Formats: sequence, C-alpha cells, structure tokens
Amino acid sequence: MRPPRSLRSLPPEGAHAADRQSGIRAWPWLSRLAEHRLFWPTCTLVLLLALNATFNAGFWQLQWRDGHLYGSLIDILNRAAPLAVVALGMTLVIATRGIDISVGAVVAIAGATAALLIGGTLVLKGGQQTYVSRTPMAVAIVAALAVAALCGLWNGLLVARVGMQPIIATLILMVAGRGIAQLITNGQIITVYYAPYFTIGNGFLLGLPFAVFIAAAVWVVLHLLMTRTALGLFIQAIGINPAAARLAGLPERLITVCVYVFCGFAAGVAGLIVSSNVKSADGNNAGLLLELDAILAVTLGGTLLTGGRFSLAGSVLGALIIQTLTSTIYSIGVPPEINLVVKAAVVFVVMLLQSAEFRASVRAWVQRRPLPGAPVR
Amino acid sequence: MADASIGSVILEARGLTRAFTGVVALRDVDFTLRAGEVHAVMGQNGAGKSTLIKVLTGVFPPDRGELRLHGAPIAPSSPAAAQHLGISTVYQEVNLCPNLSVAENIFAGRYPRRGAAGLWRIDWPRLNADARALLARLQLNIDVTRLLSSCSVAVQQMVAIARALSVQARVLVLDEPTSSLDESEVQQLFGVMRRLRDDGMAILFVTHFLDQMYAVSDRITVLRNGERVGEFLKDDLPPAALIRAMVGRELSAAVARQAHAPAAPAHDAHPALQATGLGRRGLLQPTDVMLRRGEVVGVGGLLGSGRTELARLLFALERSDSGEVKLAGEAVHLTTPVQAIRHRLAMCPEDRKVEGIVGELSVRENLVLALQARLGVRRFLRPGKQAEIARRFVQSLGIQVADLDAPIARLSGGNQQKAVLGRWLATDPKILILDEPTRGIDVAAKQEVMNEILQLARAGLAVLFISSEMDEVVRVSDRIVVLRDRRKVGELPGDTSEHEVFQLIAAGT
Repeated sequence: MRPPRSLRSLPPEGAHAADRQSGIRAWPWLSRLAEHRLFWPTCTLVLLLALNATFNAGFWQLQWRDGHLYGSLIDILNRAAPLAVVALGMTLVIATRGIDISVGAVVAIAGATAALLIGGTLVLKGGQQTYVSRTPMAVAIVAALAVAALCGLWNGLLVARVGMQPIIATLILMVAGRGIAQLITNGQIITVYYAPYFTIGNGFLLGLPFAVFIAAAVWVVLHLLMTRTALGLFIQAIGINPAAARLAGLPERLITVCVYVFCGFAAGVAGLIVSSNVKSADGNNAGLLLELDAILAVTLGGTLLTGGRFSLAGSVLGALIIQTLTSTIYSIGVPPEINLVVKAAVVFVVMLLQSAEFRASVRAWVQRRPLPGAPVR
Repeated sequence: MADASIGSVILEARGLTRAFTGVVALRDVDFTLRAGEVHAVMGQNGAGKSTLIKVLTGVFPPDRGELRLHGAPIAPSSPAAAQHLGISTVYQEVNLCPNLSVAENIFAGRYPRRGAAGLWRIDWPRLNADARALLARLQLNIDVTRLLSSCSVAVQQMVAIARALSVQARVLVLDEPTSSLDESEVQQLFGVMRRLRDDGMAILFVTHFLDQMYAVSDRITVLRNGERVGEFLKDDLPPAALIRAMVGRELSAAVARQAHAPAAPAHDAHPALQATGLGRRGLLQPTDVMLRRGEVVGVGGLLGSGRTELARLLFALERSDSGEVKLAGEAVHLTTPVQAIRHRLAMCPEDRKVEGIVGELSVRENLVLALQARLGVRRFLRPGKQAEIARRFVQSLGIQVADLDAPIARLSGGNQQKAVLGRWLATDPKILILDEPTRGIDVAAKQEVMNEILQLARAGLAVLFISSEMDEVVRVSDRIVVLRDRRKVGELPGDTSEHEVFQLIAAGT
C-alpha cells in the first residue's frame, strides 16, 4: 500500500515563514503575494518574456493584419494551446497520484482518426471549387475525440480496476498507441485536403487564433467543474489519502477512471489542433514527447507529482513557460543542435528557483555571513 | 554444541534495563531460556515484550544488564551478530525476499560455491539439495526452486525457520508467527516447534493468542509495564491467573461469569443493527452482534482478538463470507463502504492517520468530506456552506482550531480525532462504529470524546465502541461483547467491572 500522505511533512510552511522573515517583510502585500502558489511560475514567465524582449526588439509588437492579430506573443499563445490542453488533463491525473505517459500517442491516434475520416478533395461542382470530405467533419471530430476518450478509459481501467501502477499502465498505450496510429494511417502520412478543418489549428476568431479559444474553453469548463462541483475536493482527497477517501465513501475508482478518460479526451483535442495545424496526420511524429512537456508544464505550475493539491492555472502557466522558452531559444539564435541542452539547463534553473526548499537554503547560506556589527546568533 | 542436553540453560539475561527518551520500556528484567523448551513471553501492549526480544536479538543494546550464552557474556551489536552467535529471529512480517526461490532464501548470502577455477560459481544442485534436506526436517515437501512469493504465508514462515536452522541456531525467537496463519497452518507450525524443541532447540515464542500459547508452550514469563512479574510453568498458571498477572489487578476468586446472551426486549423488535454469524475466514469466526438505538455496545478483547475485524466487516471494508446483517429489521448485503454509508452507517477507523484524516486538506474540507460523498459530485456544498457546517461541529465537539482553512495535519491528535468524528456526525448517521477513538490522544481529550459518545447515544444513535483501554469500555458501554482469538466468547451487561471482562476472556473457550 502507498504510504499515507498525512505522514509527509509540509515543507512549504517553513519556507513561507522564511519568506516572511527576509527583506520583503517591509511590504506585507508583497509577502502575501509571494506566498501565492502561482507567484513563482508567473515570475518565471515574466522573466522569460523580458529576456525575449531584450534580444528581440519587436517582441512586444502586435500587428493588425487582415483582421487578425500577429506578433510573437500571439505565436506563443497559439503554439502553447495544444500543450496547455494536454497539461490540463495531465494535472487531474497527477492530482490523483497518477501519471499518463500515453498522451503523445493518443494525440497521434486522434489526429490520424480525424485525418482518415476527413481526407478531403477539391472538386468542381457546378463550375465552383468545393471541398468535399470523406465523412462530415463533425462526425470525424466526434469520432476522433471518442477514440481518444476510449484510450483514456483503457488507461483508467488498467489503473483503477486492474490495479496497475499508472506509469506502467500508460506505458502500454504509449508504445502500442504509435502502432495503432500507424495502422490507422496505413504507415503513411495522411494529408488533409479540406479547408474547413484547417480552422481548428490555423483559423482566427475575433482576431485571435482559434486554438487559443479551444484551450481557454477546456480550461474554463474544467475550472467550473472543479469549483462548482465536488470533483475538485474528491480528486484532491483521493490524491492525498486514498484509504481515507475510500472510507469516507468517495467513489474512488470511478473518479480515477473518469480522470484518465478526461486526460485521453484532452489529448484528443490536442490531436485535432496539431493535425489541423500541419494539415496532415503523422502516426510516428505527431505529439512526440508531448507527455514529457505536459508533465513538465504541470510541475512548473506548482502541482506536486505526489498528488493532492493541484492548480489548473499553474499548468496553463507552465505550458506558456515551455512555449516561451522554446521561442526564446529560436529567437536568440541558439544553434539547433544544442537547443535541447540549453532548454534542459534553463528548465533546471527554473525548477530550482521554484523550489521553496532551495530558496530557503540559499537564504540560509547568504545569511550565514553576518553583517558587520550585527549580533551573532 | 556439546551442551545441547535438554533443560540446560542456554540464554540468560540478568537485570536488563532499557529506556527510550526517558520512558523506561524494560526495567531490571531477568530471563532464562533453556534447551528443549518453548518459552512464551506474555504481556499486554507496552509491557516490554518487543523491547526484550530486540535486546536479546541485538537490535539495540540494553542500557544496563548482561546477556550470557552458554554461560559466556555476549553483546550482540546487530541481528546479524546475534544470528552468528546462534540466536535466530523470525519476525512477525516474514522478512525474506519474495522474488527469490525458496532455496535461495534459505541460503541467501551463504550460497555453496564450487569449481577450482570458478570459486564464484554457485553450486545450484547442492544449494537445492541442502534446502530440500532442511525443509524435510520440518516435514515440508515442496519444490525449493519455486519463487517464495508463490508460497503461502505459512510456508514462508517455515522457510524463515529453515533459514534460522541453516545457521546452526541454538535459540529461535518467534515473534507473533501465527498472526497471519489459519488454524491448520498454526497446527503445522506447532508441530515443527515441538519437533525442534525435542531436538534441543530453545524457542522463545510471543503471541497474543492465549489458547495457542497454552497449546505449545512449556514455560511462561509474564511482563507488565516493563517489569518481570514472574516465570511460571505452564501448568502452574491457569488462564485466569495469567490474565491477572498480565493486567496486574486482583481478580475475585469467583468462578468466571458465564457468557449469556441478553434477551431482546419486546419493545425493540427491530434493532438498529443485527449481525448474525457475521465472519470471514482468517479474520473473524462467525459472530453475532446487535446494536439498539440509544445504546453503546462496547467490544472487550485483547489485541488481535478480532475487534477491528468486527468493525471492518460491519462497515463492509472487508467482505464477509458468512452471516447476514439486518438494519432496522431489513436484511442488507453490504459490499462497499459507499453502500454502508448509504444505509447511514459511519465508522471512525482505528488508525486516524492512515484511514482517517486527509492531511493536507483543510479542517473545513475534512469535516464535510463524508457528507459531500453522500450528496455526490453534483450537489456541491459551496465553501460558505462548508464553513457553516464545519463551524457547527467545531463548536459542538469543542475542536480547538484557529483557522478552518488550515491543513488538518497541523491539529493535535485529539482535535484530529474529534474532526473525524465530526465528519461522520455531519452525515447524520444512525449507526456509529468507533474503532479506538481514544487512541493516541491525551487524557482530557479522551474524556471529552467519551462524553460525546454518551451524548450521541442518548440522542438515539446506536454506537459500537472499541477500545483497548478496558476501563473506557466498561465506563461507556450498556453492553459489552467479549471477543477472544477472533471469536465471540460472550456478552456482559454494562454494569460489569473490568475484571469480570478479563475473567470472561480468560475463561472463554
């Protein structure tokens, strides 16, 4: 059995106390702000944006062209959308002490399903050029999302019913899922020739990329579910102490299954965005390593991998941080062959900065050298 | 091993004293173990049994006192050192490697090698043959190349004993070896113990089961509050005298009160809960329990008597394999806690930290958790409503908490316990099962919890109260169900005295 969470110490307490003791004591509102769980992720994002702006003078510029907004910031938002959606699903899974490393493969499966069903050709109809899809687009989208949710159901049943460890249970689909996607695409890259489908990943609404609205919608719906129903409370209770949750009468297994189903569904949404964006479905490479970015986004957002308390907004921030970092690396001209190393180094530093324990020990190290004339403790 | 003659002293301890951060766990204890005897160490919880075993087997040294093996002073610095000296221990949880074979486990770290050039090569045929020979001494005929994890717990025990034998042990320490065995497996183990005893082995045996102790032991040392009460031959110490020695209170010489089932009063044709023959193999023998509205039913029994098992079976945390449960006269078949809660049962679990509190959630969230679970996902109690409910129970139960939104883990044990109780009261239960609600909290908090229980019963709840503190059970109960060795041995009225309960436990057959 897993050890009870209640036996775990609560380190952030001491760390926050240390925050209060340090220089920011002078401004109580700032100290309260610094205690907010989103304070450090936000700092990181602002820092990265500022860094970008120093290297790229036009970074903050937004242009209105053809009724759309253009600019680096819009780019980041657009590209971060699929990652944010996947990270939101992953957040709930991680909150229940689980993990889902199959999301990348599910992205490929969903994309392949949609692309196969839509296909699409340009035909002349009555002297007019019209796009014709193999099946109606709505059917294709619903089918792709259903397949993705089914993948999540498989994961959820393995974890909650069979009792497999989440990382192993989802590893199965992570490996097999690529094969399934290849089966759907018949080993080829399926290209979509159906313009309406491109709206999802390339279109604009009210001047902003359509994908941003999708991510925002997923976020808002999830936020409402967590704050307007008991789901948020139940998921946290299950993540912190599953034995106590079961004894208190929570439908522990059902909720766990639902959380994995939603994670699969979210990966399906991301799959639609990605395949629409590149106008094709590649079973091999779509969503490759996306699971790792999603886990990283959740972690950057302040949700612990050990489950329990979670932050949806934090995970969205995390996704934005990762995308901003990627853009920064390209814009400041890091050679492509070493950009992964640079990215890893930055992530490492960011993680250290966000760790309350690390900040506390740095502070202790700085304070160990007493100022001249100061009383020695 | 020249001095293996039956009855000669092998291991001798004089004046053992050991304290932990000021609390004396063992005070000036003498202990003598002779070749060819099974020597039981008996005592209540906290009497010093495990401390004694740990000192004897080198887990930690005594603060004072000396150990002699075959007359020579020894000071084992670790279990391995003790084993090297010939003192082998088989612990409560079998400490073997489940992913190795039976033979590998027996000889782990001491595999026979072969080959002139290849000193490192393991002699598998010899390893397996030796293992087979050792197990044959225990009259166990199994495939020694099987993985240990594929064997039953009883066989694993035997393997642990075989491992002890393989290091030429003269002294075998068995700490609660029977706790996870069923009846026939226990008999098998006892057979092995008797055979080893007849071969001149000195066996130290610790158990909570009185009848098992009487079945196999020759001599008994009784400990109480860290001190030795005395050493007795089995036949000189009948159960009543043993319990008197363990509990330390003078029991009246009267014949132990006969178990009696109280006649169900006519005015309550449908008690709140009536369990008939409820049991599960290996956990609890079929047991009858009845709870009436407005009544506190206490459960008397020593550790391992089946108290917690009874509570878990009633709340469907464990599935029963016999018996039936009637709630207010209606037969129900509960298979999950969710169903039990739907029938207005509530249960405070034995271990508050493991199954009670959700540590990082706030006091408010902890208090409404069960109620919210009953309401379901959609009928969500808004934070304001949650705080209102929480405030009500914080007030009525006197929970000391400054901030309802502080994590519950930061509360004291007594306040956590009250919060878990409050969580269930919020669901407006009809039947309340309390498993050790007073454990690990201070005296004042204990009193408050007990007063609360009495008030709840007066308000019409049916309460099942389990506690290892017999005086608490006697004080709050209207009736006492007495368990021993996972079996109900009788029922006593509420105005019983503590020693009447102990007498029934002792006399219970």
